[in-house]
Amino acid sequence: MTMRRWNFSRRTGWRAGLAILVLTLGGVGPALAAAEKTSFNVAWTIYVGWMPWDYADQSGILKKWATKYGIKIKLTQVNDYIESMNQYTAGMFDACVMTNMDMLTIPAAGGVDSTALIVGDFSNGNDGVVLKGKGKKLEDIKGQKVNLVELSVSHYLLVRALAGANMRERDLKIVNTSDADVVAAFATPSSTAVVTWKPQLSAVLAMPDAQLVFDSSKIPGEIMDLMVVNTATLNANPKLGKALVGAWYETMSVMFKNDAAAKAAQAAMAKASGTDLAGYTSQLATTRLFATPADAYRFVTSESVVKTMDLVRQFSFDHGILGQGASSADVVGIQFPGGKTLGDTHNIKMRFDPTFTKMAMDGTL
Amino acid sequence: MRRLINRRPGRGMAASLSMLPFILVVCAYLYYSHARLLENPGDKLLPAPTTIAATVHRFAFEEDERSGAYLFWTDTRASLQRLLVALSISALGGLCLGLAIGVLPYLRAAVAPFVAAVSLIPPLAILPILFIVVGLGEVAKVTLIVVGVAPIIVRDLAMRTAELPSEQIIKAQTLGASTWQLVIRVVLPQMWPRLIDALRLSLGSAWLFLIAAEAIASTEGLGYRIFLVRRYLAMDVILPYVAWITVLAFTMDWLLRMLRAKAFAWAAPQ
Repeated sequence: MTMRRWNFSRRTGWRAGLAILVLTLGGVGPALAAAEKTSFNVAWTIYVGWMPWDYADQSGILKKWATKYGIKIKLTQVNDYIESMNQYTAGMFDACVMTNMDMLTIPAAGGVDSTALIVGDFSNGNDGVVLKGKGKKLEDIKGQKVNLVELSVSHYLLVRALAGANMRERDLKIVNTSDADVVAAFATPSSTAVVTWKPQLSAVLAMPDAQLVFDSSKIPGEIMDLMVVNTATLNANPKLGKALVGAWYETMSVMFKNDAAAKAAQAAMAKASGTDLAGYTSQLATTRLFATPADAYRFVTSESVVKTMDLVRQFSFDHGILGQGASSADVVGIQFPGGKTLGDTHNIKMRFDPTFTKMAMDGTL
Repeated sequence: MRRLINRRPGRGMAASLSMLPFILVVCAYLYYSHARLLENPGDKLLPAPTTIAATVHRFAFEEDERSGAYLFWTDTRASLQRLLVALSISALGGLCLGLAIGVLPYLRAAVAPFVAAVSLIPPLAILPILFIVVGLGEVAKVTLIVVGVAPIIVRDLAMRTAELPSEQIIKAQTLGASTWQLVIRVVLPQMWPRLIDALRLSLGSAWLFLIAAEAIASTEGLGYRIFLVRRYLAMDVILPYVAWITVLAFTMDWLLRMLRAKAFAWAAPQ
C-alpha cells in the first residue's frame, strides 16, 4: 500500500514538473526583435484620463485610423495596472498607458527603450492627501501613520507635499495599503491619514470627518498620464504612432465639443469606468486633459517637463526603485524635445517625442 | 516482460529521478534568462543568477539604508509570527470547538450548520467588514488567516470525532465514564494526530491568506515585500522570496509530519 502511494505521488510530481517546464518554455521566450509589422497590441487600464482610449475603440475611431495606415491595433483592457506595465515591459504589448513615474521605474529602468507618444493629461487635483478631522492642516500629519500605495504616485505626492512643509518621510510612518482597500481603511478608527487618487479620493472625501490637506493641483504637471510605445517598434513602424495619435485627438475633439455627441461620449466613458456622468465629470474637473494637439505640444516642449522628471528620478533613486546596481539617479537617460537630456546619454531609455503630436497639430496626419 | 506498473526504481535512481524536474526547470531558466539578457542587458523579468545572489546578499546581510534593518530577516520574522499565532489560535479553537460539536448532539444541532456556512464565505470578500471590526493592524492579519483556516479545522475534527467507533464510546460509558472523562480520556487523545493532519492540510491556505493579508496594509513581511517590489518588476527580489516561502512552508510541513510520527507513532497513517 505504501509503495503504491509513493509511486502515485512520484508520477504526479513528474507531471507537475513537466507542466512547469512546458509553461516555462512556452511562456517566457525571448521577445521578438522589432521589425516592420502590421498588427499591434496595446494595453490600457481604467483611469479617468485613459477612458478615451476605450471610447476610441468602441466607437470605431481607432479602427478608422488604423485602417487609414493599413495596420491593425488590438486594444486590451488589463484589470491590474501594475500587471499591464509588467506585461508591456516583458514584451507582450507594443504600447501601454502609464504615468511618467512608472514609465521611468518599470520599462525604462528595466532596459526597455520607451517613448511617451502622447502626453494625454496631468493630474490637477486627482491625487490628494487626506487627514481625519475637519480643519486639519498638512503640518498635522507629523507622527501619523499614513495609508498609501508605497512607491506609487501617491508616495511621490506625499514626498512633494512634505518637502513644501519642511518635513521628511521619517517624520511619519508609511503603511503600504492596496488602492482597492484604501477607502475601507480610512473608514476604520485606526487610519487617520491616507494618500490616494480618484475615484477612491472622492469616496474618502465623502466621509464626514475627512479633510483634504494637499492635492496634485499644487504641483501641476508633475503627474502625467501617457501613452507609451516601445521605441524600437515605433521607429520601425511610424504608422503605429500616426494611427494612435490621430485616433486620440479625434476622440478629444469629439468629447470636448460641447454638444450632445460629446455628452454621449462622456457618458459612455463614465459607464465603462463604473461610475455615472456626474462622477466622471467630477474626475475630469481635476484632470487637465489636453484637448488639442497644440495644447499638448506646448506642455511637452516646455522646460517644466525636464524639471519634473528631475524630481521624479531623484525620488525614484532615493527609494531604490531604479533597480539593483543603480549608483545614481543618472543611470537611466531621459531625452526631451529639442535634444535636451537628463542622465546617462549612452543609456537613453525614456523619450518624450512630440513629433507625432506636431503632425496632428499641423494637420499632416 | 514485467509490466510497467511493477518496475520500481532503486533508491539512488529514485533520488536522481526526483531531482530531474528541478534541474530541468533551472536549466530552462538559465537558458531563457541568458537569451533575454543578451537582447536587453537591463531585462528584469528573468534576472541572471549573479544579480539574484547580489540582491539576496543586499537584503539578508546588509543593513537597509533607510530603516537600518536587515529586510529579509525582518520580513521573515514578521510573517512567521503572524502565521504561527494564527495557526495556534486556529488549531486550539478548532480542536475545542470541533471536539465539542462532534461529541455533543445539542451543540452539533446548534452550531454545525453555522460553521459550515462560515467556512464557505471567501474571507477576502468581506475585508471591509474585517477592517471595521478589528482595525488594520496585526490583529487584522491574524484574523484573516484564522477566519480562512479555523472553520475547516473545526469541521474536519468534528467529522473525525463523529467517526470514532460507537463501541468505544459505549464501552467507556459502561465503565462509568462521565461526558467530561470520555472527552478527555477517550476522544481527545485520538484527535491529536488528526489535528496535526488538519493543520498540515491547511498550511497551504494559511500561507495564501498571510500573503493576501500582507498585501492589504502593512510595513513588513514576506508578502508585503513581494507586492511592493512588484511595482517595479524586481524579479531579482521576488524569485528568492518565493523560493524562501516554499522552503519555510516545506519545513513546517516536515516538522508537523515528524511530530506526528514521533509523538503519535501508534496512529501511523496506513
